[in-house]
Amino acid sequence: MQAIATILREMEGAVKDPGGAVRAFKQETGREVIGCLPIYVPEEIIYAGGMLPIGVWGGQTNIVQSGTYLPSFACSIMRAIMEFAMRGVYNDLSAVVCPMHCDTLKCIGENWKVGISEVPCFCLVYPQNRKNPSGISYLTTEFEHLRKKLESLSGRTITDEAINQAIVIYNEHRKTIREFTRVARDYPLTITAQKRHMVIKSGFFMDKAKHTLLVKSLISELKALPAEKSSGIKVILTGIMAEPDSFLELFNQYNLVVVGDDLAHESRQFRTDVPAGGTPLERLARRWAEVQGCSLAYDPEKRRSNMLIDMVRETGADGVIVTMMKFCEPDEFDYPILKKEFEKANIPHLYIELEQQADSAEQLRTRIQGFAEMMSTR
Amino acid sequence: MSEKMTSKQMLQKLLDDHYAGALAAKERGELIAWSTSIAPQEFCETMGIYTVYPENHAAAIGAKKGSPELIEVSEFQGYSIDICSYARVNMGYLEIQESVAGKIPLPDLLICCNNICNTVIKWYENIACELDIPLIMFDMPFNYDYEVNDHSVEYIKGQFQEAIHQLEQITGRSFDYNRFREVMEISSEAARWWKKAMALAQAVPSPMNGFDIFNYMALIVCMRGKQESIDLFKLVAQECEAKLAQGQGPWKDRPEEYRIMWDGIACWTALSTTYKFLKNQGINMVGSTYPDSWSIIYDSHDLDGMARAYSSNFVNRNLDFRVDNICQIVNDFKVDGIIYHCNRSCKPQDFCQYEVQRQVGDRTGVPSVMFDGDQTDPRAFSQAQFETRIQALVEMMKTRKQQQGIGVK
Ligand code: SF4
Ligand code: SF4
Repeated sequence: MQAIATILREMEGAVKDPGGAVRAFKQETGREVIGCLPIYVPEEIIYAGGMLPIGVWGGQTNIVQSGTYLPSFACSIMRAIMEFAMRGVYNDLSAVVCPMHCDTLKCIGENWKVGISEVPCFCLVYPQNRKNPSGISYLTTEFEHLRKKLESLSGRTITDEAINQAIVIYNEHRKTIREFTRVARDYPLTITAQKRHMVIKSGFFMDKAKHTLLVKSLISELKALPAEKSSGIKVILTGIMAEPDSFLELFNQYNLVVVGDDLAHESRQFRTDVPAGGTPLERLARRWAEVQGCSLAYDPEKRRSNMLIDMVRETGADGVIVTMMKFCEPDEFDYPILKKEFEKANIPHLYIELEQQADSAEQLRTRIQGFAEMMSTR
Repeated sequence: MSEKMTSKQMLQKLLDDHYAGALAAKERGELIAWSTSIAPQEFCETMGIYTVYPENHAAAIGAKKGSPELIEVSEFQGYSIDICSYARVNMGYLEIQESVAGKIPLPDLLICCNNICNTVIKWYENIACELDIPLIMFDMPFNYDYEVNDHSVEYIKGQFQEAIHQLEQITGRSFDYNRFREVMEISSEAARWWKKAMALAQAVPSPMNGFDIFNYMALIVCMRGKQESIDLFKLVAQECEAKLAQGQGPWKDRPEEYRIMWDGIACWTALSTTYKFLKNQGINMVGSTYPDSWSIIYDSHDLDGMARAYSSNFVNRNLDFRVDNICQIVNDFKVDGIIYHCNRSCKPQDFCQYEVQRQVGDRTGVPSVMFDGDQTDPRAFSQAQFETRIQALVEMMKTRKQQQGIGVK
């Protein structure tokens, strides 16, 4: 238990003070830290260049300045990112990478180039016809351009070999986190919903090799303990993210246990490995082709609902919580289909709108409480 | 076509025929495609597949005040109020298949091109899933560099090939490349005439009543690959030239006092009230960011050019281009002021609009206002706010004209 607490404390440190992690890396290595906006940035290229890629996913703050770029109906995550950027919070970063997956992200990249002169912004566009060979070669070229930009930023070349090595490290990290999410199901009292989230999130601010080791020792410490019994209601989370923190805090109180997720902020990061074969940049492009069940990856068959239903069956979950990032059109479009399919499959679900900034704790509480009550009488 | 028809009558007739023709084609058991508004229509046109445009249908429903009931249907299904209202209108229509603007036949295949937004990807995915029909996706990567880059062009051409293959499979017929070339020619010719007609509004006073542009737009959307659209835009040009020769302005009963550019889509649900209010102040819309999106001109032997042209419309371009584009319009059309429609539906426009407004203002010195609205969801539009903003704009334009020593009555 002692060891577990120590590991969790270290992870919590990273989550609470990403700025500290950035400065420490720069001090130790004298190298660059690159911010990665959501989602699917090929961090391996950055890592291979000896730089530290870290996740930039906004956070809770007051929106004051970013209103000069974005109206109130932009998703809160991007309003927060713009706000932090304008306040200079990201000035320790050497650059950010903006993958323009949705209309909002396109505009964020554009506004960033104009408004945030301290931190260069490298844009990327992912193909929608991602399985088509011309799509894969398009994306390979996009990645090639990114590699060149990173090389001229750092003054170091990024070799194919180094990228292949980085892919090994990242795939190992993905595998480890996947295992953690499985093992965590047996320890719902030690690994609460909040802690589960924190373990995953801490990976955004650490060297992935180091994070893998940390998670591996967490897994073995957990496995040394007897499985914990819980009478909690088992849920799967789907959506962009499960923040603000006040949201998952409610899970303990109302006895909700997270047995799996399909969050962009969490599982979508690590459920698809980089496949073997071809040049490293092609491999990274083919990873995008293999992504499934994500609202940002074109899929006319809309397999996300089936994927979630399978997850419910596999994990024995009691229901699904749709954590809707308010104003996120890609995810909002998926919802009517999810709703219909869940109803058909007789899987209860809760639709809950989240905003990073909003202090809507009371409203969230009412919704969660209602859901918990409904589920316990089923 | 009767010779005495005015362009407005001709427009109405062509649109009526277009929609009636689609229904008749469906009756005959022919394939129907639904398509986004700036998708490469050349492929379906070559294949002889009747194509209808949900955005155009939704706009017509909005203009006839029928959008709220369809929006209600889709919101009931779980479509968020934050989603583009064209999509909400259309998903509502899909459910009840009735509208004040008439019926469109349900599609057998879908053509989606995200050169306008990524919203349409999600929207068309959902139709494909609901109806279980094939979707042909033309992905035009957003151009964060100023120009369309070469690897985008290659990728787009790869998709053209894929689309041809898909269409051959869907129809069981082979693709006729000679016909394709013809269609390419007609389409570019239509775009040329469209551009020419719209450019006539550069004259002072403009012979064109600007809101007509919003109406003519229906045809460049729906019939860009057909000879009839060339005929119509020629007629529009003729009429304008005749008015020009006589020095006639946009209206018989009122002179044009201020020339404005309108950024964004019209508020279809308030088309006549917004129009009247502008007209009462002597404000004529002479330019807009929209019409140029259909100036898709390329050489009929040039697939690269076609790929580039389709990827080049302004919402698919970066901020620098958008600013240049508007500055150019301000210049060419001798604009006195700009109205920015912050259209609740259209995130790809809105989320760059504040910065575009600042930069265009800095560069041109032309005053501007922004109002909140929506193309087809009347709940997001307030006539009172619109009027206040326009009055403010008039004040600014008046002051500026006085400073420049131009008399205003
Ligand atoms: S939360 Fe949704 S709308 Fe916002 S940037 Fe992410 S995908 Fe785009
Ligand atoms: S209004 Fe905007 S978001 Fe809606 S379909 Fe048109 S371009 Fe896309």
